[in-house]
Amino acid sequence: MNESLYNQHMPSHSLHPETWVDRYSDYLYNYTIVRVNDHIVAQDLISETFLAGLKSKKNFKGNASERTWLIAILKRKIIDHYRKKNSKKGQAEVHINYTDDDMEGDWLEERVKDPYYKSAEDKLENSELRLAILECLDTLDERHAAIFKMKTIDNFDTEAICNEYNITPSNLWVIIHRARKAMANCLEKNWL
Amino acid sequence: MKLNMMFNCEEAGHVCDKAQYNEASLWEKLLLTIHTLFCRLCKKHTKRNAKLTKAIKKSEIQTLSTEQKRSLKEHLRQEMTQ
Repeated sequence: MNESLYNQHMPSHSLHPETWVDRYSDYLYNYTIVRVNDHIVAQDLISETFLAGLKSKKNFKGNASERTWLIAILKRKIIDHYRKKNSKKGQAEVHINYTDDDMEGDWLEERVKDPYYKSAEDKLENSELRLAILECLDTLDERHAAIFKMKTIDNFDTEAICNEYNITPSNLWVIIHRARKAMANCLEKNWL
Repeated sequence: MKLNMMFNCEEAGHVCDKAQYNEASLWEKLLLTIHTLFCRLCKKHTKRNAKLTKAIKKSEIQTLSTEQKRSLKEHLRQEMTQ
């Protein structure tokens, strides 16, 4: 925890590309997926972002945090993605045909609000919540964050996590307890 | 399983954590409930802990799999060594 706090509060930031995937890939993924809505595309954009970050490493002035800087690159990648997609327009047009004779009237039913429908506002709030959760995770000790993520978000068995990290279940629960406390503290202001 | 009706706060905290992952037994949950009747701090903690669980569930947060992360790392490493 000390190290990540240290990084965050340093007046001038530095880049550590070897830690990017572990620290930021989930954040970038959740940021991207609401914007492109395609898993494969999202993954490609993240990969491109990391590579672009590496290439323009010397342009990094240290005014922003690593994450903010990567997000700035990612934003441009997402815009580029839509530009490219737009220039291919016409090739992938979707034809919705509601005038078929034997379909007469059916479309009305199709358009009835479905019970799982979420308002745009809910979706927006959720995507912000996701990013807040990941930001908080980043303030935790790296190993604790990884274990908490496996247990809580990826729903791995206790046993599987213990094997992976070579710890006992009671070690695991101590880590989970600390991580949950820290997460609740961190999220408390805006979300809990 | 503890047959003692009284929990200490540490045990209560542990059961509360397990309950967030549906790993606490009915008996443990009952003891936790009894404990929180007397212990305001644990009551508060239990409430917060449940809120955290709810928030994470509600967020529908997704993570990249280990495999996907490995491939991202591989890409990055190749580029770094060039």
